[in-house]
Amino acid sequence: MSGHLLSSIIFLPVLGALVILFIKDARAIRWVALVTLAVDFALAIPLMRGFDVSTHSMQFVERHEWIPSWNITYYLGVDGISVLFVFLTAFLGIICVLASWKAIEKKVKEFMIALLIMQAAMLGVFSALDMFLFYLFWEAMLIPMYLIIGVWGGPNRVYSAIKFFLYTLAGSILMLVGMIALYFAAGKTFDMLVLMEYKYTFTFQVWVFMAFFVAFAVKVPMFPFHTWLPDAHVEAPTAGSIILAGVLLKMGTYGFLRFCLTMFPDASRFFATPIVIISIVAIIYGAFLALAQKDLKKLIAYSSISHMGFITMGIFLFNKNGIEGAILQMFNHGITTSALFLCIGLIYERTHTRHIGDYGWAASRVPVYATFLFIFTLASLGFPGTNGFIGELLIAFGAYEVYKPYLILLLIGIVGGAAYMLYMYKSMAFGADSHGHGGHGHGGSHDDSHGGHKVWDVDFREAVALIALVVFVFWVGFHPEDFLSYMHESVGNLINQANASKFEGLGL
Amino acid sequence: MSSEVATFFSPGDFLAILPEMVIAGMACIILMVDLVVPRSKRWVVPALSVLSVAAAAWFSWSLAGSGVSAFSGMFVLDGYAAFFKLIFYIVAVFAVLVSLRYIKTEEIDLGEYYVLMLFSLSGMMIMASGSDLLTIYLGLELASLPVYALVGFLQTSRKSNEAAMKYVILGAFSSAILLYGISLIYGLTGTTQLAAISAALETGAVSGPLFTLAVIMLVAGFGFKVAGFPFHMWAPDAYEGAPTPITAFMAAGPKAAAFAVIMRVFLEGLFPAYDNWQMAIAAVAVGSMVVGNITAIMQTSIKRMLAFSSVGHAGYALLGLVAGSEEGIASVMFYLLVYAFMNLGIFGIIIMMRRDSQSGDQISHYAGLAKSNRLTAFAMLVFLFSLAGIPPTAGFVAKFYVFMALIHKGMIGLAVIAALMSAVAAYYYIRIVMLMYMREPEKEFLLASSRGLLCVLIIALAAVVALGVYPAYFINLARYAAFPL
Repeated sequence: MSGHLLSSIIFLPVLGALVILFIKDARAIRWVALVTLAVDFALAIPLMRGFDVSTHSMQFVERHEWIPSWNITYYLGVDGISVLFVFLTAFLGIICVLASWKAIEKKVKEFMIALLIMQAAMLGVFSALDMFLFYLFWEAMLIPMYLIIGVWGGPNRVYSAIKFFLYTLAGSILMLVGMIALYFAAGKTFDMLVLMEYKYTFTFQVWVFMAFFVAFAVKVPMFPFHTWLPDAHVEAPTAGSIILAGVLLKMGTYGFLRFCLTMFPDASRFFATPIVIISIVAIIYGAFLALAQKDLKKLIAYSSISHMGFITMGIFLFNKNGIEGAILQMFNHGITTSALFLCIGLIYERTHTRHIGDYGWAASRVPVYATFLFIFTLASLGFPGTNGFIGELLIAFGAYEVYKPYLILLLIGIVGGAAYMLYMYKSMAFGADSHGHGGHGHGGSHDDSHGGHKVWDVDFREAVALIALVVFVFWVGFHPEDFLSYMHESVGNLINQANASKFEGLGL
Repeated sequence: MSSEVATFFSPGDFLAILPEMVIAGMACIILMVDLVVPRSKRWVVPALSVLSVAAAAWFSWSLAGSGVSAFSGMFVLDGYAAFFKLIFYIVAVFAVLVSLRYIKTEEIDLGEYYVLMLFSLSGMMIMASGSDLLTIYLGLELASLPVYALVGFLQTSRKSNEAAMKYVILGAFSSAILLYGISLIYGLTGTTQLAAISAALETGAVSGPLFTLAVIMLVAGFGFKVAGFPFHMWAPDAYEGAPTPITAFMAAGPKAAAFAVIMRVFLEGLFPAYDNWQMAIAAVAVGSMVVGNITAIMQTSIKRMLAFSSVGHAGYALLGLVAGSEEGIASVMFYLLVYAFMNLGIFGIIIMMRRDSQSGDQISHYAGLAKSNRLTAFAMLVFLFSLAGIPPTAGFVAKFYVFMALIHKGMIGLAVIAALMSAVAAYYYIRIVMLMYMREPEKEFLLASSRGLLCVLIIALAAVVALGVYPAYFINLARYAAFPL
């Protein structure tokens, strides 16, 4: 195993950004970004292949002294949980560049630099084993994301960008206080593995849990901390939405897994029931909100709140099925929602509208596009054979083990999910606007154009991105064990840690 | 005590104040040189100023850490003083460099400008080394008086005159309060030497309402100097009215010196009475963070905004003093070092914005800066994020250090307030980023750049990033320097 694989994966995008700094031609900049992220993804493949699934211990570990007076080290490593997200992040990076190829016309250089820096920070979050380093990457993401939304976003971008920034900053700054409290409680160390082993008192756990919980809940975002998400999604450019939905939201749930469950198991179990109930509220409430949307991006944004509800629920079920389902669903949501945002972005480039009713003609006019959209719609609603099905099924198993009535509530959410996704697909592909009659102010478009815009089907670049995403939809759908095998050992260990405690009788 | 008078002076004592003498002496020489230098060779004055600071720095370096105590313990050369002097030298050199072109544009290109700066610098250096309330007071006045004059240096500007007026009056007022506090302490303990005060307090004989009054007066007097709430009202006017390089200078230099003094007085002299003053300082700190940051949101002038933000920063730094531990002191020292770089950087950019047509001190002037001046806007972005405490900048590490010191002492409540206030602060800092990157420019930008200014900006930028990514060296230095207290 090469000694610096993780560092290379994290910092290669930064190198790419430095190269881009000296390039003027927009076309060349796009290519450099694409090649950088493609190589980065290529580096993630030996990471996945070299990963030993038979152990839960951290692998590809790198450790160097960094700030010795505070006992802070540059400490990287992945286990079966984080390795999947390093892989997912590296993969979605390519999709982001492809999605911005034509969509981003102004300030291409700055955009690609922001994207690459963002990529580095996200990869860093999933690989960091020193909490200071983790926080550094975690917060550093705010700057490029703020710019991506605020500079290249839609008409209301400034408001959304500031809202996004302040919400997430306010959340995570409390985590910083909690983090330092942990540092002193555990004997002046930021080593996450040591912090996990240390036994804290119950009161301490509860306080620090709350500090961390706010940070992660805002990022997920859990109900009622979710209001920044639709704003951010609607205004962000396609690549921004992909990063937000695909990776950023996962960081909150990753935080629950990595910190809350292992470091404060008693507090986590103490709060588990309220969190599961909030998650169910999010699932159903998110679904209903999605159903009411006329804007495509808003619909997918609210569907994310619903889907993330499944994930937080799975995590706080404290059993193998629930947690494995949640992790798989995190991965799936990253693939599926990114794909849906990509689809929306593609059609938006052509028509400059996101109103669902404006697209009744998709099936007849752009059949290839409509087919891709259909696959992702099915994946999103959890159709058997797609990735979504496996994840939701595992979480449902987990819920059944814990408390049977949860299952019924979960099913309402699943049916709701089917309702809004099918409603969306129907309106887009087979709507009243089809063939130009009875449209929403776009009547009489029998020619190639629609609403004054030329509409063409998926081109080669777009097809590459879409096919890559489809591969994962079916790969997970038909052979989930390829992905689940990574997490078995690590999740087993996680559950042991989450169940071990000095306090009895506080569990679910 | 009286036997000490006989040995008050010794030749060795003058070696200890060599750097101060170099600065003060050179200031006098430069004043005369300025008279004879022809107009075309005016660069000699700033060049000599920089050279004298360099010479003083060299002497300080060779004396550093010797731990020498001179003038019967009124003046010490410890690592603590050396660290602060390092900050002052950086601030002074940078302030000279950013002034070069500015004072020509404003037509205030007089030699006194640099001379006053040097005198103030020598005062700050005496403050850092003073270990007797009288030496400290002497240094304080020597540092402040030239700045009063510098604030009003734009003779034709009413704002500048008014600012100087306010600053002088309030400054004199605060000095009087401080002196009153010092005399009370002297009355109670019979000494003005910090070590002796500490010894007197240790016996437990000194307490009661009179002592509380003395502590309150000291807190108020120093509170004025660091612009802490509720003694901060002079800051926005003085910051706004002063020539911008002077604003940068006073925000980073005399303020750091005031912190050097306040920490030495409270932690060396009054430490046995920690319980008496801890709440008072904590109240000033919390008030400064809350009032400074919230008021800053409403400002339309960037200099006023930074003035209120500096009130907030003073609050963070005071928290390190509240912690009262070695870690707390080191965190404040590191904070002030970082703050000097961020501050000089951001004021450097404000100076760049100063053109004949526009002063560049309105926040709205920054709209669309990223479009025309990419690199300047990017530097501004880094400084603003650093001020807001977002990683991976130095500002984050500085705040982190203060939080660590607080939480280590179990003061979680204060840490939470500080954390929430930094989220508030982020709002007005990123608003400028938003203007620069997300708005169209009102008119074309022509930046008043100069070599000196660029040099400062590049160094400040590099320092803010380097101290954010690899702070280990300076943290160790601050820890080492905090040890003597």
